[in-house]
Amino acid sequence: MKKLSARRRHPLAALVVLLLALAATGGLYAAFAPAEKAQADTSAQSLAIDEGKKLFAVGCSSCHGLNGQGSSDGPSLVGVGSAAVDFQVGTGRMPAQQPGAQVPSKKNIYSQTQIDQMAAFVASLGPGPVIPTEEQYTATDANAVAKGGELFRTNCAQCHNFAGQGGALTKGKYAPSLDGVDPKHIYEAMQTGPQNMPSFPDTTMPEEQKKQIVAFVRHTTNDEPNPGGLALGSLGPVTEGLFGWIFGLGALIAVAIWVAAHTTKAKKS
Amino acid sequence: MSSTSGATTSASKPASTRAKPANKGEAAVDWVDGRLGIYTLAKSNLRKIFPDHWSFMLGEICLYSFVIIILTGVYLTLFFKPSMAEVVYHGPYTPLEGIRMSEAYASTMNISFEIRGGLLIRQIHHWAALVFVAAMLVHMMRVFFTGAFRKPREINWVFGFLLLVLGMFDGFFGYSLPDDLLSGTGIRFMEGAILAVPIVGTYIQMFLFGGQFPGTDIVPRFFTIHVLLIPGIMLGLLVAHLILVFYHKHTQWAGPGKTEKNVVGMPLMPVYMAKAGGFFFLVFGVISAISAIATINPIWAYGPYRPDQVSTDAQPDWYMGFSEGLIRVMPGWEISVWGGHTLNLGVMIPLAIFPMVLVAIAVYPFIEGWITGDKREHHILDRPRNAPVRTALGAAWISLYLVLLVGGGNDLFATHFHLSLNSITYFVRVGFFVVPVVVFFITKRWCLGLQRRDKEKVLHGRESGIIKRLPHGEFVEVHTPLAAKDLHTLTAHDQPQPVELPAETDENGVARKAGVLAKTRAKLSEGFYGEGAQIAKPTAEEFREIESGHGHH
Repeated sequence: MKKLSARRRHPLAALVVLLLALAATGGLYAAFAPAEKAQADTSAQSLAIDEGKKLFAVGCSSCHGLNGQGSSDGPSLVGVGSAAVDFQVGTGRMPAQQPGAQVPSKKNIYSQTQIDQMAAFVASLGPGPVIPTEEQYTATDANAVAKGGELFRTNCAQCHNFAGQGGALTKGKYAPSLDGVDPKHIYEAMQTGPQNMPSFPDTTMPEEQKKQIVAFVRHTTNDEPNPGGLALGSLGPVTEGLFGWIFGLGALIAVAIWVAAHTTKAKKS
Repeated sequence: MSSTSGATTSASKPASTRAKPANKGEAAVDWVDGRLGIYTLAKSNLRKIFPDHWSFMLGEICLYSFVIIILTGVYLTLFFKPSMAEVVYHGPYTPLEGIRMSEAYASTMNISFEIRGGLLIRQIHHWAALVFVAAMLVHMMRVFFTGAFRKPREINWVFGFLLLVLGMFDGFFGYSLPDDLLSGTGIRFMEGAILAVPIVGTYIQMFLFGGQFPGTDIVPRFFTIHVLLIPGIMLGLLVAHLILVFYHKHTQWAGPGKTEKNVVGMPLMPVYMAKAGGFFFLVFGVISAISAIATINPIWAYGPYRPDQVSTDAQPDWYMGFSEGLIRVMPGWEISVWGGHTLNLGVMIPLAIFPMVLVAIAVYPFIEGWITGDKREHHILDRPRNAPVRTALGAAWISLYLVLLVGGGNDLFATHFHLSLNSITYFVRVGFFVVPVVVFFITKRWCLGLQRRDKEKVLHGRESGIIKRLPHGEFVEVHTPLAAKDLHTLTAHDQPQPVELPAETDENGVARKAGVLAKTRAKLSEGFYGEGAQIAKPTAEEFREIESGHGHH
């Protein structure tokens, strides 16, 4: 200790302290930083990456570039992760039919194996969200629907509507209807924030809450028998007004015409 | 009941001259009449004549749906708790299990899922409200386009208008009560509109909400307004409206034997008693059927209101839709005056236009009366085509209303017709000014065209489709002359002349200058009845001349 303290006024002491501090910060960061989910390069995986690269070259590279670096027609895919590929291709949004305000979902032409291969290729470009496993998006909580409903109304309903029926955004963009969307895709959408949607990574919305939202969306779009009769699209008072005018007042005017036409009339001679 | 006492006490009652009532029914009626004097009332009113036309029954739809609303509303008040106290839901609707909500919302959930028939009654109440306001609007349009608002019915028109406005606001207060996510958003909208009123806005907001939004006062206060204050006023206006209908007698369409001094139709008793009574049950039936088929205001799907939550498709019920349109298409202008006081023009201007849209239609009878200078009583209805300017003004008003409704539902138009939300908004901004003008001119030309067609029909008869070859080889189409009754109907309307300005000099040769008002009036009158505003109807001479001709033209 005496040696150390004797040299504390050495001209190079400051440099040594600085180096030690940097090493400590770096070491601490390496020890505590969230582990990036970069995939280990096993041989089966590299095979998938090779296959995926071929598929990518055919279906995606015209806009996203041969190495996914992006171009004027499509964004870079470095770091979007396999979940983004699985969502975009799995719902038929990618490959895009044409440029526009928003790419609509359409029939998916790839098999799940092919999608996985492309996802592996894109994931190899840089770390990003990974395709979730079934446990990740299947809620086990008995009250998940109620909790998910509250989360949905706080985070999702302002664009997707209270019943997940979708809604309009600016300049031709829109939040699509969630009818019949695969739970995995709902989870991936929240994770990756496709197109105009904000992303909800685990840091802002834990996995448990995503599960609850998935449960609510599945419940409100698929399972729920509507207690009041026809839901009229679950679009709120606009469709109700239209229905009321056409089938309410319309029917009543028809009845009025019928009543007026049937009356006691003097016999015509 | 001896004949002597009867003769001395009430000579006007024929029943009392009878020695003995013929049966128990008569005895009962006699007993009531002796105390209420209903006989004279019934005598003068039970045989009241009403003309027959389907469009005269639109008002009945309003009346009956109002009755249905009151009946179902009373049932709902038995179970609804107008309270903002917070409770945790533990009911049969599991998707809301354990969610915090107000008692108002919880009791509406209770009505919907636990009270026997509660959801059906709730839906009848709400559907009947939509139909009620819609029927009032259509009824008002019927009165407008047929000129039934003219003297002596202007006051009744205003009563009807007040009923419409009160109905709209009572509807608004009603759907605000369950404290669901949609209604809370609507109240927040209203609060914003109140705050946008300069100077007094913040005070009114504080008085109404009893503090900051949302507070705990608003639902109980709205409840009192919704079930007591507004319906009470409406009931009074409704009675006055009906008394005036009885007093003025009903208008009728032109036709043979129908004049400004008579009413041709059927008596209230028994014909209209049966028809109107039956119609009530038909209205009740149709509305109940709709309520059993289709959901309205699914509050369980909206969830309870929380100020940090909102859903898209947050529109008001249709009758408030035009105010939503006004606010949605208005640019968000904001200016600062008098050192930092914000004037929120983006909300203030729509808020000012909103009543003007309504008042424009309310004051129309008085404006038309002033322009035309018509002081006569009118009991014969105008066919809309025979009043082209009025019809065009009404159509322009409707088009304005519809344009604003499109603005109010711009997001749904965007998603369902694959349009850009912004384009729709820009269209409505321009359309607000342009569409009514275009509709005005088209409708006016259309009416004039129909007038020409009527004239043609009177003078030349109906095209029979039979082609005849004359001896000299000419082909003509045979026209069938109209029956005398149709000729009368087509020519019964009168065609007033525009008001003329008084002569520039009076009888003493002194210059008499017409005021700006008089000049404006003469101009407007020219617009109403001048050269370009009506087609001179065929005269008897024209008709005779043509009839005496070759029989074809």
